Amino acid sequence: MSDWPILSIVTFLPLLGAVLLLFINGEEANVARNSRGVALWTSVFTFLVSLMLWVNFDKTTADFQFVEQADWMPGLNISYHMGVDGISVLFVLLATFLTPICILSAWEAIQKRVKEYMIAFLVLETMMIGMFSSLDGLLFYLFFEGVLIPMFIIIGVWGGQRRVYAAFKLFLYTLLGSVLMLVALLAMYFEAGTTDIPTLMAYGFDYNMQLWLWLAFFASFAVKVPMWPVHTWLPDAHVEAPTAGSVILAGVLLKMGGYGFLRFSLPMMPLASETFAPLIFTLSIVAIIYTSLVALAQQDMKKLIAYSSVAHMGIVTIGAFTFNQHGIEGSIFQMLSHGVVSGALFLCVGVVYDRIHTREIDAYGGLVHRMPSYALIFMFFTMASVGLPGTGGFVGEILTLLGAFEANTWVAFFAATGLILGAAYALYLYRRIIFGALTKDNLKSILDLSPREWLLFAPLVIVVVWMGVYPVSFLDIMHVSVENLVNQVETAQAAAASAAQLAVN
Amino acid sequence: MLNLGAALPEIFMAVSALALLMLGVFAGKDKAFRTVSWLAVAAQVITIILVVTGEGGPAFFGQFTADAFAQFCKVMILIGSSIGIIMSMKFAERENMARFEFPILITLATVGMMAMVSASDMMSLYLGLELQSLALYVVAAIRRDTIRSTESGLKYFILGSIASGMLLYGMSMVYGFTGTTNFAVLADTLTGGDLPVGAMVGLAFMFAGLCFKISAVPFHMWTPDVYEGAPTPVTAFFAVAPKIAGLALFVRVAIGPFGGVVADWQQIIVLISILSMLVGSFAALRQENIKRLMAYSSIGHVGFALVGLAAGTEEGVTGVLVYLGIYLVMNLGTFAVILCMRRNDRMNEEITDLAGLAKTKPLMAAITAILMFSMAGIPPLAGFFGKFYVFKAAVDAGLVTLAVIGLVTSVVSAYYYLRIIKVMYFDEPVEGFDRNGTEMNVIMAVATIAILAFVFFPNPLMDSAAIAAASLFGQ
Repeated sequence: MSDWPILSIVTFLPLLGAVLLLFINGEEANVARNSRGVALWTSVFTFLVSLMLWVNFDKTTADFQFVEQADWMPGLNISYHMGVDGISVLFVLLATFLTPICILSAWEAIQKRVKEYMIAFLVLETMMIGMFSSLDGLLFYLFFEGVLIPMFIIIGVWGGQRRVYAAFKLFLYTLLGSVLMLVALLAMYFEAGTTDIPTLMAYGFDYNMQLWLWLAFFASFAVKVPMWPVHTWLPDAHVEAPTAGSVILAGVLLKMGGYGFLRFSLPMMPLASETFAPLIFTLSIVAIIYTSLVALAQQDMKKLIAYSSVAHMGIVTIGAFTFNQHGIEGSIFQMLSHGVVSGALFLCVGVVYDRIHTREIDAYGGLVHRMPSYALIFMFFTMASVGLPGTGGFVGEILTLLGAFEANTWVAFFAATGLILGAAYALYLYRRIIFGALTKDNLKSILDLSPREWLLFAPLVIVVVWMGVYPVSFLDIMHVSVENLVNQVETAQAAAASAAQLAVN
Repeated sequence: MLNLGAALPEIFMAVSALALLMLGVFAGKDKAFRTVSWLAVAAQVITIILVVTGEGGPAFFGQFTADAFAQFCKVMILIGSSIGIIMSMKFAERENMARFEFPILITLATVGMMAMVSASDMMSLYLGLELQSLALYVVAAIRRDTIRSTESGLKYFILGSIASGMLLYGMSMVYGFTGTTNFAVLADTLTGGDLPVGAMVGLAFMFAGLCFKISAVPFHMWTPDVYEGAPTPVTAFFAVAPKIAGLALFVRVAIGPFGGVVADWQQIIVLISILSMLVGSFAALRQENIKRLMAYSSIGHVGFALVGLAAGTEEGVTGVLVYLGIYLVMNLGTFAVILCMRRNDRMNEEITDLAGLAKTKPLMAAITAILMFSMAGIPPLAGFFGKFYVFKAAVDAGLVTLAVIGLVTSVVSAYYYLRIIKVMYFDEPVEGFDRNGTEMNVIMAVATIAILAFVFFPNPLMDSAAIAAASLFGQ
């Protein structure tokens, strides 16, 4: 069993499902029902297969595992190279875990062109998994950019009022960042003669080149994360996307940027990363404080959560650039927990949106009287987002702050301020929606969670609690890989420092 | 050495064009349109086989050479023109342009193109180019009863003649300063050092003439008008075969006789390439007519292809050829879509006519969307790989700025390709289109499958392009 190409299977199973969907024809209602079924079972099956990665993962090595390599473009020395290490394997699982939930959440919300919707989602899943598991720069780029196609369609076709604007903005912003990354990849290829990621990691580019490469990769990842001030596409995209689109956007797509920093910027350009770390810290702190304040003033639920995502991702980027074990582990953990928690929050918004069809915060109030279970679930995820101990959010934040404290006290100080603001807007949102008197007429007959929605939230709750109570099962997986990454970066930085010392002497 | 065997495909094509002309004249003129058309297609298919199996080598005492480069380009040209003829048949019958001369003129133009890409002397180059151009002038004006078509033919003729004149003038300058018109001898004469100033001027004139033929900025002004005015199948043909032939010729001239003085012409190509990409992306943003849009899009694509030539390396030429191969497929597919934009038996050419196509014809909309994403160069579709190869060559040649400008303009151009998708998918439907012709469906399907599958099987095209490029560099 272990010599099966598990990664390729996990990556291309959803695509296979999408192809299968193409052949569903007939009456519209039937097509919709069958498409939902096929998509759900495909994604669930993909998730189950991806659990093999978890089970068979060797935690004691930092090497890439489940490696597959095949000729792709031998003339260019570019190969189909897949593999995961402790950093990426969890993201693969995050993607496979969230996709079935997304598909299930769209069960009733999406009524038109169901088949196309499901195809777009399955294609999206293939792209996401492929991106996290590619070990070749070009292959990575292919998946990284390929995500845009289904996302553009999902937002543009099934989105809200200003969907066209949001879809274009998402597409063009991200594309502009990505093409600069492509130039950097080409430059690396020219220098090292390959786009193979492990080879590039060991290559050691010279300092000047690292600076340019770093900036080009930064252009792409900063947009994707998104970092202030290139975050403006995110609130638009989130607000206009259908619920499941928002979930996958916040849950997985934002992580591509953070993952990119850890996979490319840190190991391949350690010196430039050190040089630019203050830039990252500054932008992240601005993001945390500024977007938290902006979030406080929002009237739209989804927009509020979108801004909170920018703030949370600010914590992630700080953690990644602390260059120490705590910071980076915290950063990865924060990405994972944010993926689950913000996804869940968007689902919470989706629940009431499906009933009342507005995202205006003012249109709600006093929901606790009619929807006690909903209030409970929403409370749980709000707390997780704030970082209550016992939830996943806490572990990520505390580790990151620890790491930041080791690197730079002031950074830790400002980041911690952001957490207080985070508590403020999250609780403020919760109060306005759930508490108070139930005065609005259309809310008086609102129904509590349906069994399908329970089914949606249950796994998310379990995972968040698991991450909060026993984070070791996740930290263990990434530990050795992160240690290796930290060593690599430190060695390179120390070597450069001693070289500089020699030059001075 | 005469070596007629090397030129067998061209000879066969020329003879079959004349035979078809006879057939047309004696078999009742326009009534024979369909027969003549299919026979022309058959002749082109046979020629493809002759090209692929041909022995190759130099012929006509150094005037002509059938190397791997020529072979590769000829196959692309023949595919382009044979599909061009197939796409035009139904259109021609409906729109009252079913003249039997049409396929014959295209065949003759194709002979000219084949001679062009095989030229190894200024004389044969000019001969091929003029045969192609004269046939194309007539083809553009084939609907002589409409003002637009005649206008576009006339514009094309006048501007094309000026370009030919410039080319000829440049060639005479080069001849005057080097004493030869043969590419091989020129390459031996012009090696490094200082290019004589007269030869430099000649080179500039030749490049200007060639830029006109491939509609590179700043010699692109005729393109939108001719594309819009010419009957749509003719536009489809213009967008592929002559463009590929022109670019191939450009590559051959730049790398062949002037291959030793890359530094002298590199900056010209860089500038032209940047300008073409800029105009191709920015000018297209506001176009409402899809044929005009395709005109600007093709200007932009020429700019991208020239990025590979600007590198001046074997890798760059490989990139150009890969780019052209993918461009051919994408454009044929897109024009098949445009030709299917018929409503109540009338052609529609506005982008807004595509509104809601995703509801009225979901499959055709999906195909168009894939073509547009590919044109915009979004991976994993084929269009991305075309860009990848040329930009890789540019970065390898140290032209990083060019690569950055090019990729940024490709983001701008993504906007108008996306706009078409937006119109199809996000807007409410207008009245549906008429039923597609079978041949159009087949062309669209094949093009789409090729674009989707390229990522899995990139090697056949890449390897043959690499062999073709190597032959140009004398290996």
